[in-house]
Amino acid sequence: MSDLLYSEVENDLRASVRDLLTDRSPWTSVLARVETDKPYDLELWRTLAAEMGLAGLLVPEDLGGAGASAREVAVVLEELGRAVTPTPFLGSAVLATSALLAAGDTETVAELAAGQRIGTLAVPLTTAPHADFPSSVRVEDGKLTGRVGSVVDLEVADVVVVPAIGADGPELHVVPTASAGVTVTPITPLDLTRRIATLELAGVESRKLSGDAATALRTALTTGAGLLASEQLGVAQWCLDATTEYVSTRHQFGRPIGSFQALRHRLADLWASVSSAVAVSRAAADALATGSDVDIAVAVAASFCSELAVHAAEEALQLHGGIGMTWEHPVHLYLGRAKSSELALGTPERHRDALATLVDLPA
Amino acid sequence: MTDLVAKVEQFLAEHPTAGADPVEWLGARFDAGLAWVHFPVGLGGLGASRSAQQAVDEAFLAANAPQPNPAAPVIGYGMAAPTILKFGTDEQKQRFLRPLYTGEEVWCQLFSEPGAGSDLATLATRAVRDGDEWIVDGQKVWTTMAHVARWAILVARTDPSLPKHQGLSYFVCDMTDPGVDVRPLRQITGEAEFNEVFLSGVRIPDAHRLGAVGEGWKVATTTLMNERVTIGAHAAEREDGLIGAVAKTWRERPELRTPGLHDRLLRLWVDAEALRLTAERLRQGLAAGQPGPEGSAAKLTFATLNQAVTGLDVELHGEEGLAYSDWTMRRPKDADWASRDAGFRYLRMKGNSIEGGTSEILRNIIADRILQLPKEPRSDVDIPWKDLPR
Repeated sequence: MSDLLYSEVENDLRASVRDLLTDRSPWTSVLARVETDKPYDLELWRTLAAEMGLAGLLVPEDLGGAGASAREVAVVLEELGRAVTPTPFLGSAVLATSALLAAGDTETVAELAAGQRIGTLAVPLTTAPHADFPSSVRVEDGKLTGRVGSVVDLEVADVVVVPAIGADGPELHVVPTASAGVTVTPITPLDLTRRIATLELAGVESRKLSGDAATALRTALTTGAGLLASEQLGVAQWCLDATTEYVSTRHQFGRPIGSFQALRHRLADLWASVSSAVAVSRAAADALATGSDVDIAVAVAASFCSELAVHAAEEALQLHGGIGMTWEHPVHLYLGRAKSSELALGTPERHRDALATLVDLPA
Repeated sequence: MTDLVAKVEQFLAEHPTAGADPVEWLGARFDAGLAWVHFPVGLGGLGASRSAQQAVDEAFLAANAPQPNPAAPVIGYGMAAPTILKFGTDEQKQRFLRPLYTGEEVWCQLFSEPGAGSDLATLATRAVRDGDEWIVDGQKVWTTMAHVARWAILVARTDPSLPKHQGLSYFVCDMTDPGVDVRPLRQITGEAEFNEVFLSGVRIPDAHRLGAVGEGWKVATTTLMNERVTIGAHAAEREDGLIGAVAKTWRERPELRTPGLHDRLLRLWVDAEALRLTAERLRQGLAAGQPGPEGSAAKLTFATLNQAVTGLDVELHGEEGLAYSDWTMRRPKDADWASRDAGFRYLRMKGNSIEGGTSEILRNIIADRILQLPKEPRSDVDIPWKDLPR
């Protein structure tokens, strides 16, 4: 049975990430930043990635990483979700890093681990682990040509891992975004705190990775989907905490609205779901760390936590009443993150579809 | 923990399971301290940590050892035993725990009344002191297995002039007393798993009181908290429980499948897995000495899930779902739901959100104790019970 509790090391890691984010990424700063041309605080990223060594958690020590596991990454993501901090952690430290590790790269992954460069994975963020290998980029005369929409964290990426179809089928390539022929076009995102952009490649030079491309991509997407569940837990936890606090102080009809049973019961139900999300997301992180029961644990976590985060954000908005509809209150940042994350790395329905095969409950 | 497993091995070597009389064998297990290892020595335990129990249980299961009597184990094991351990005198512990464990004596719970369900503290059953005895009069309801029980845990009012939570005391009631009248209470399933119990001049020795006079609510709260943990946190294997029955039908009967039912089934499968992991996390937390509040969540989720799963089960059965196996009024001695049809399970599970604390009461508890939300205004807590409108 997987270990579903947080270890002491994980709790310490959580405390240090939370302290940093409380200081450097309060929601007021996040809100102030999201409409500027610098939505990502790259100073904060350097602290997280390089000084605290969090970009290299998944990377073995001999490649300059921390040699930790998905369990620790999950704890970091919970905190990043709780603070809706705009960072390229998902794109760089999770997706690109997992793909590079799985494809046997030792060069770029070390730079990402050290926080020297930011990477991402060139797939639409909606891509599910079980999707067909993408075919929108082709290798022609040894150069990459094609277009990929909705690539996460691409705006700030120095390097992208690009799935492409070569003469013999799927390949993975590493491309610096500064290369000639690369065009990055930002998309105005529903989630202001996580940026997406379109990548266009017009005959671009690249470095081909040697490992099995299809397996490496699938590993990266599975890792991403399983760990995103922890970020979604963090989003949901903030929504529950903030709403509990708000209804305890907001008065109507001569008493705090949190004393009305209609609201108390909704929050009690939400708390019960969040408790389950803790167990489910821990199970996925543990499965990714140990390599056992990965596909089922990830599909369950992705389905459960995606829907929970959206539900929590929607409940938070409703129970905040009018203030929840305003720009000045942060609940919209959480709703945007939750709803976008529901689509990211496979919708709940796609994951249940995968589950149907995995647990032998066919249509 | 490995020491304990070695102890189990040694015990099994000395007490072969094949052909053993279950009561005698379980008695020996109790005497060896391997019943509840966290109970004190001499009372079925070894004073070990609670976390060791699972390894011990698993070792006995693997050896195909006799299991405790399946008749009403929840009340005796889950509720009466921990309450007696916490509040009982030495004599009470010596008298009650061993036969409770071996199954020689089945227990039931005389708590709910026709006028006191969710608001249990309103209960009206009276216990009046008469020398070394108490004389009890009243009516209880929803008493599981009262028809086979030897003993009952009972909450009764001993001082009507106090506010409702303060005037209660907690007793062990002898179900063979001539003043105890157990009548079957037929339920929506057609059978009578529960009973009404009429208490007329029942004489309970003061030596069978658990906890101090007037402290009955505190003792009952211990019982009820254990009840919720027992009801909610028992899942183990994947597809354990009701989801397993539907999944089995789905696999074996492809002709029944429809696209709409498919997505519902998968959603419920995910929810069942989430509940299983929540219960497992609760268990791991308890074992590590970090008891979490997830027990309340598990009981709440368990009820909702069981009702959704059994509803789907009936629909999946199509034409067969219209039929019901047997409406005959029976008084079952165990809760063998797996062998009954989908319709029975559908009807029975409607009780999951009512028994052991309604889902609404549970949400109030979560709101108060865990989320610490502002409480609802109340007008009943400071008024003497006798003056409360009823």
